[in-house]
Amino acid sequence: MTELRHLLSAHDLDRGTAIAILDIAEDMAEVATRAVPKLPTLRGRTVANLFFEDSTRTRLSFESAAKKLSADVITFSAKGSSVSKGESLKDTAQTIAAMGIDAVVIRHGASGAAHTLATSGWIDAAVVNAGDGTHEHPTQGLLDAFTMRKSRHGAASRGKDLTGLTVTIVGDVLHSRVARSNVWLLTTLGARVHLVAPETLLPTGVGSWPVTTGSSLDEAIAAKPDVLMMLRIQQERMHAAFFPHEREYARQWGLDDARFAQLSPHTIVMHPGPMNRGLEISAAAADSPQSRVLDQVTNGVSIRMAVLYLVLSGTSTTAPTTTGGLRA
Amino acid sequence: MTILIQGATLPTGETTDLLVEGGVIAERGTGITSAGAQVIDASGLQALPGLVDLHTHLREPGFEQSETVLTGSRAAAAGGFTAVHAMANTFPVGDTAGVVEQVASLGAQHGYVTVRPIGAVTVGLAGERLSEIGAMAQSRAQVRVFSDDGMCVHDPLLMRRALEYVSTFGGVVAQHAQEPRLTENAQMNEGELSSRLGLAGWPAVAEESIIARDVLLAEHVGERLHICHLSTAGSVEVVRWAKARGIRVTAEVTPHHLLLTEQLVESYDPRFKVNPPLRRDEDVHALRAALADGTIDIVATDHAPHPVESKECAWAEASFGMVGLESALSVVQESVVDSGQLDWSDVARVLSSAPAQIGLLEGYAAAFEVGSPAHVTLYDPSARSDFGIERLRGKGINSPYLGRSLPGRVVATLHGGVPTVLDGELRPAEEVARG
Amino acid sequence: MRTRTVLQQDDIQRALTRIAHEILEANRGASDLVLLGIPTRGVLLAERLATTLEQLEPGSATVGALDVTMYRDDLAAQPTRTPSPTRIPTGGIDGKTVVLVDDVLYSGRTIRAALDALNDHGRPRAVRLAVLVDRGHRELPIRADYVGKNLPTSTTERINVHLAETDGDDLIAIATPDAGDAA
Repeated sequence: MTELRHLLSAHDLDRGTAIAILDIAEDMAEVATRAVPKLPTLRGRTVANLFFEDSTRTRLSFESAAKKLSADVITFSAKGSSVSKGESLKDTAQTIAAMGIDAVVIRHGASGAAHTLATSGWIDAAVVNAGDGTHEHPTQGLLDAFTMRKSRHGAASRGKDLTGLTVTIVGDVLHSRVARSNVWLLTTLGARVHLVAPETLLPTGVGSWPVTTGSSLDEAIAAKPDVLMMLRIQQERMHAAFFPHEREYARQWGLDDARFAQLSPHTIVMHPGPMNRGLEISAAAADSPQSRVLDQVTNGVSIRMAVLYLVLSGTSTTAPTTTGGLRA
Repeated sequence: MTILIQGATLPTGETTDLLVEGGVIAERGTGITSAGAQVIDASGLQALPGLVDLHTHLREPGFEQSETVLTGSRAAAAGGFTAVHAMANTFPVGDTAGVVEQVASLGAQHGYVTVRPIGAVTVGLAGERLSEIGAMAQSRAQVRVFSDDGMCVHDPLLMRRALEYVSTFGGVVAQHAQEPRLTENAQMNEGELSSRLGLAGWPAVAEESIIARDVLLAEHVGERLHICHLSTAGSVEVVRWAKARGIRVTAEVTPHHLLLTEQLVESYDPRFKVNPPLRRDEDVHALRAALADGTIDIVATDHAPHPVESKECAWAEASFGMVGLESALSVVQESVVDSGQLDWSDVARVLSSAPAQIGLLEGYAAAFEVGSPAHVTLYDPSARSDFGIERLRGKGINSPYLGRSLPGRVVATLHGGVPTVLDGELRPAEEVARG
Repeated sequence: MRTRTVLQQDDIQRALTRIAHEILEANRGASDLVLLGIPTRGVLLAERLATTLEQLEPGSATVGALDVTMYRDDLAAQPTRTPSPTRIPTGGIDGKTVVLVDDVLYSGRTIRAALDALNDHGRPRAVRLAVLVDRGHRELPIRADYVGKNLPTSTTERINVHLAETDGDDLIAIATPDAGDAA
């Protein structure tokens, strides 16, 4: 079993490690069905959520995951904190670390912030990237892969990859850390990924990514993909001339009712949330039986439990003396 | 002070003794003797004319926590430099005679190197109206190079006027070629890697389009233009075209753009964050070839010291810039001399006589000739070691080379006959200041 | 490292048959037995026991697997363990007699973890423990109800359990480090 010291990017995950995480998440999902849906695994461990950027959903998901594993959780949100007064990433991390922590879950607006935290030597704890700038959001990629595998293989998911699965990702790939993590992870797992976006929202050099690209959502739908993933479109992109205005975007790249009606019945619809209903996705599509949006949320907790378990177990995590905890 | 340099190898390959007296080369030949002279054994050492940097950030006044004229001068001397041109992005900005005179006089007082202030093209580097270019040119600082470095003079009309007005006083505009709208929030070279790392791209076209515009403006008004820190193969093509057309353009490249590529950014280590950004391997090779064939005229360091906290943070929050004075000669040797593209007479040209000529700095036209000022650097190209923090002699430790093996070591530097470095060590400030 | 075989295939089969008889005897007439094997080899042994019980008294027992990875107390002292699936038989464990099955009983910590895990799945009437080998050196007040073979060992020795399903053959061996070997 691969030791996982940190989880910084989906790009760095090999197939074996990715499948191991998904398999452990299957066990974690099973815990939720028990009389006592909680495990004692991380008793005495402290997980710090460092959220330099607002994200209630991701923060709650990580908190829930840590608590289901009996870890103590401390949460730091930048809003109204010393960060707004100019405190640096280094100072914040060291301050939290001085309180005695075993893992840091970090969300930061700067790409590479999790990487910097893990490699700078400022702190000793395991680092889990909960979204860094426009770089990656690896646990989202993992929960998406988990959701797709479950849709495809059901109870027989364990040990399987995504070979043969076709996934179409639609929208602002350029600014999307979710899209990046999905592209690397899904292709590592054998899926074929197709990106659909206006040229302005496809990254430079996308031609070298292991994907195909196109600009027509209608053509992509006609190809009957197994998964159609709609990305959130952020209003501020309009001001930088990536597209003229939201109505034009919705007409060209929105999953509206008409397009949803054309969708093959076997295609599942996914969205990382929060959704702009009526913009990139219609209410009917979001609430349909083909939608896996709520499964994604549920699976997110299982994936994050698996990741926290992995980064906090194994002999590669040398014990910091500050915890005084259970480490041998 | 009389100094006898014995057995130095000149850039031409000739081995000779040099007698330095009264601040000039007093005698040149073999078997020179001089009773009472301090003798420097230069056998096996490469003698170079004192190096001239056309692009240095000394940070004083205003940012003394990063560097001062004194500490930057010491870093320069340690790197074999005898003259530096200090960029105007200080606080207050070097856009008045008062500021540039202060910088020049601090340099003269410390004596490690000749400090030549560069004047701002526009007031406050704001790119809106011309600064007091005439007053700076006629001040005691005798400013001849004008630049808004750090900012691009992006308004085409203002750039045209600057080229014309600066020439009135015999100076030259050094353009920081960066189209601002194409590089908003830019973090690294735009390409496959920036897309994967999620860092906003700094596209080559943002540099090349400004250079293309400016060489055409220079042609139109018939004036000189200098381009700072060329970083792309496309920029090389534009400058090559302009020179072939007879346009009076000169261009510089930094040592780091001759050696390092964007791959280093994958570490998210802010030591590799610089403006213009590190580019692709093919750009590095184009820049080396252009330096070798004369399309690029000079190497300039863009020495940009920053305090530690400016680099101990997430990439996007870090400052742009690297220190470069102490490592410049070693990096040039590693990137273009050891590869056979430049010989030592080329190095003398691109790091001394050509930058002096562009900056209209006197005393560098006839290096090692009897009667010329004794600006001399003695360099041991055979040494090789890991570049350590002890090699950094200014305030900044933001060097991209720390831990990297580099060739060469500056053994001695003479600035106008005054030794500033002997046996590889800086001489004490008070001794240097006495002259 | 010297290895000596202490139980052959026949010995193992006889031990399991005897344990099956003892279980039935202790739970005379009951049909509410749940055998839960502890991964990996405990699960195989539980299935073999269940097969034997089925022959002796059809319908007397159901079988499943109980993973204890997430209940261990040595998370950071050991290489990362991958959990195995837990399978609780239909009907659950509430009010049943659960027999935990493992290959080797040593410190007792695995069984401590198993008892905690069991607690999160329900409330059995009674919990018993069956092991193929008891090698001693207990660190907790835990003992087995059914033991295939008591094998006194030193702590420097290792017990190797092979089962046909995973290892190709059935045998139990003791590996003893040679004098001078690092422990």
